[in-house]
Amino acid sequence: MKKLINSSENVVCEAIAGMATAHPHLLRAHLDPNYLWRIDAPKPGRVALVSGGGSGHEPMHGGFVGPGMLSAACPGEIFTSPTPDQIFEATRAVSSEAGALHIVKNYAGDVMNFEMAGDLARMAGIRTLNVVIDDDVAVKDSLYTQGRRGMGTTIFAEKICGAGAARGYDLKRLADLCRRVNSNGRSAGLALTSCVTPAKGTPTFDLGPEDVEMGIGIHGEPGRRRVPFAPADELVEMLALSIIEDPPYSRRLREWDERLDTWTDVEITNAVFAAGDRVIAMVNGMGGTPIIELYIVYRQFAMLCERKGLSIARCLVGTYITSLEMQGVSITLLRADDEMLELWDAPVCTPALRWGM
Amino acid sequence: MITRDQIVQWLQAAAALLAEHKDELTALDAAIGDADHGINMDRGFRKVVAVLPDLQDKDIGAILKATGMALISSVGGASGPLYGTFFLAAAKVADGKDLLTGEEMALMLEAGAQGVAQRGRAQRGDKTMLDALIPGAQAFRTAVDAGNYVLDAARRCLAAAEQGAQDTIPMIAHKGRASYLGERSAGHKDPGSASSCLILAALHAVLSSP
Repeated sequence: MKKLINSSENVVCEAIAGMATAHPHLLRAHLDPNYLWRIDAPKPGRVALVSGGGSGHEPMHGGFVGPGMLSAACPGEIFTSPTPDQIFEATRAVSSEAGALHIVKNYAGDVMNFEMAGDLARMAGIRTLNVVIDDDVAVKDSLYTQGRRGMGTTIFAEKICGAGAARGYDLKRLADLCRRVNSNGRSAGLALTSCVTPAKGTPTFDLGPEDVEMGIGIHGEPGRRRVPFAPADELVEMLALSIIEDPPYSRRLREWDERLDTWTDVEITNAVFAAGDRVIAMVNGMGGTPIIELYIVYRQFAMLCERKGLSIARCLVGTYITSLEMQGVSITLLRADDEMLELWDAPVCTPALRWGM
Repeated sequence: MITRDQIVQWLQAAAALLAEHKDELTALDAAIGDADHGINMDRGFRKVVAVLPDLQDKDIGAILKATGMALISSVGGASGPLYGTFFLAAAKVADGKDLLTGEEMALMLEAGAQGVAQRGRAQRGDKTMLDALIPGAQAFRTAVDAGNYVLDAARRCLAAAEQGAQDTIPMIAHKGRASYLGERSAGHKDPGSASSCLILAALHAVLSSP
């Protein structure tokens, strides 16, 4: 497959150098180890927000670095988590005495590398907490799997917590807010095509012209099951109902406990959506889906929400978390309280999300 | 006995084997993961080989610790912290030593496998690298306890690990990215168990060369 690259080895560092060149008023790029960080970081008295993950999901996370959102983003290789030393260096570069919050998507590699990075940061005297995002309803059990994956709710958490950090929320309050966003958010995705990583050069999985991969994550990994290709409304209904009717979900997530000075497993349960809930809705393209199709998806998604009594207070339609050039879509709902909505509306200025300033 | 030079040769041989089987590992990962395991392991062990010349007068513990750190900072994904932890845990056993007995090598492999299990919160049967590392370490231990030479222990270790990797084929993955596939993960060999076999094959090859 043809790709606009120079060599597969240099994809990530050339892309982040390009981002810094394109947005010099917002962020700079550090190479080896690779991270993108705000030009005005560290900000005294403000908690630093650091996220990261494999590359190939752009604009996430580098596209969300800037005032009102992330302080730094650590891009790993394509679909490969960043390394502990890389995350630690980024955390150190942007942290003030107020500490740092790591927003981590629930993938085995991301979780382990961020845990090790948090340990390194605390050893260096930086107060650091972590919150794991796991909002993918396609994964039903957490006992015999890695648990649900982090998807669209990550964007909501980064935006809402970014606004909280800008307002001076302390680290504990910000971590609690982030956890609340996570336990109120749910996502589901589907793919019409696979994607091609630059290093491999061929599709990650085979998907016939008559098939749709349901329950995909964001790494071009195969989904939970295959269904026959169908009109958009039918496919969106499957996705949307899987979110809206998702039963209560309990799992244990490992978090750093400052009081006990150790890692502890925290039991977290998501409540279910109910008629009358106010929500923020997102329709996200996986990289190769035309915007016109995203609006066809949104039309049906909004109709189903209305039918279920959910009131969409805000929405986001566009390309935010991708799997390279995959054709597909993910949808996300966040049950939003007043504080979340107020923080959602707060000014943000990043390469990929910008309003109010 | 295993010498410091043999440990260095082991790491070099592992790097060569992982480079040689890079595409094969990536193909295994494409079936149930995200098609980068061979690429990531090759990148990591090239970094290991690059730091080895700086360690010429260091003991085995220091060499294995530097190996672990190099893997942690270059592999990424889940394999980086897991293989990094394997070598860091092994390094503790070999701290300050220039020569290892069979007993010490057995302890190293056991500590490495246990470190991986703790870091990944996984156990045997989850369809991971542990399905090769645990039986491999156990076979090495059994052979050493029976009074066999280290070469024989390494041969039995490799055979047990390869059988363990083969046994992952019908398993349903419970950890890592393959676990999202549920029952569809059955029918494929776990790529981590395959790369573990290559690392243990390198150990066997170095000990068998005169």
